[in-house]
Amino acid sequence: MKKIVKRYRYFIAAIAAMLVFTIVNKELGLKALSISGHQIKEMLFIIPPIFVMLGLLDVWVPRETMVRFMGEGSGIKGILLAIFIGSAAAGPLYGAFPVAAVFMKKGAKFSNILIFIGAWSTTKIPMFLFEIGSLGAKFAVTRLLIDIPGIILIAFIISKFLSKKEIDKIYENAKTLD
Amino acid sequence: MDSVIFYSLASILLLLSFLKDRKKTKMALKKAWKAFENILPEFLVVILMVGFMLSVLNADTISGIIGAESGWFGVILASVIGSVTLIPGFVAFPTAALLLKNGAGYMQIAAFVSTLMMVGVVTMPVEIKYFGKKATLLRNAAAFVFSFIVALIIGMVVK
Repeated sequence: MKKIVKRYRYFIAAIAAMLVFTIVNKELGLKALSISGHQIKEMLFIIPPIFVMLGLLDVWVPRETMVRFMGEGSGIKGILLAIFIGSAAAGPLYGAFPVAAVFMKKGAKFSNILIFIGAWSTTKIPMFLFEIGSLGAKFAVTRLLIDIPGIILIAFIISKFLSKKEIDKIYENAKTLD
Repeated sequence: MDSVIFYSLASILLLLSFLKDRKKTKMALKKAWKAFENILPEFLVVILMVGFMLSVLNADTISGIIGAESGWFGVILASVIGSVTLIPGFVAFPTAALLLKNGAGYMQIAAFVSTLMMVGVVTMPVEIKYFGKKATLLRNAAAFVFSFIVALIIGMVVK
């Protein structure tokens, strides 16, 4: 019980803050709560298949396969695969982090994991189609064409700024996260 | 629509896995649950913050700040708003379209959309849990700067 309270302490604090906010401004507070409720429903709807596939990936894909396709020395193939998997995803960016942790455990290269995160954040295919519908093809296509080199560049910059030791620490940490 | 695809894909894979090895499948589901439960506290906080933000901000308030005449100052403001807000894509694009209609400029909208998707101040606690402070800050800072390049190019291409 104590452990649960400790793990959820920020959530409990946020709920309390929300209730105070609702008392201060009933209209906005209720609106915020109803939006949050809607978001939770959406999350519970979108997220289960992602986590089921993540579990299957963890159990079935051998480390050697992951290293061969996305590990050190996977080159262009690893980059393209990272972009493809990230772009084919669905759901908010925070859903990508647990998947990234499994990739790390299986020995994918750090820059490829960052490319995957970048692709998930901004070149998702369903979102791209939606963007065309809302903001026009010229806007969406231009953004996509800038984004693809952009996320690769960002991934390499971040990799360069981190020492081998710092990256190893992130990989060690990923092992404890499941 | 894409959730239909994802559910079908996950079900088929799960079934295949089950037919091949029951024990491994059980382990996969256990891992799936653990991975989910692991970030549930952070998820819930993020969702409450999103609810709060969307209740306070609306298209009128935002488009008032980032009009087409607002120039680079508007781009900076749009990037900051995009960075600190967390709106799901299916709300974000119609909102962006509405902002355009209400007088926001393409450059500012590009900065807004780009930071909205790539920079996540609210989700940083989740990201730090997986990537540590340094990598998280670097990624978000790089994505923030990158969004200005996106804004610049979109401003030249889309009129």
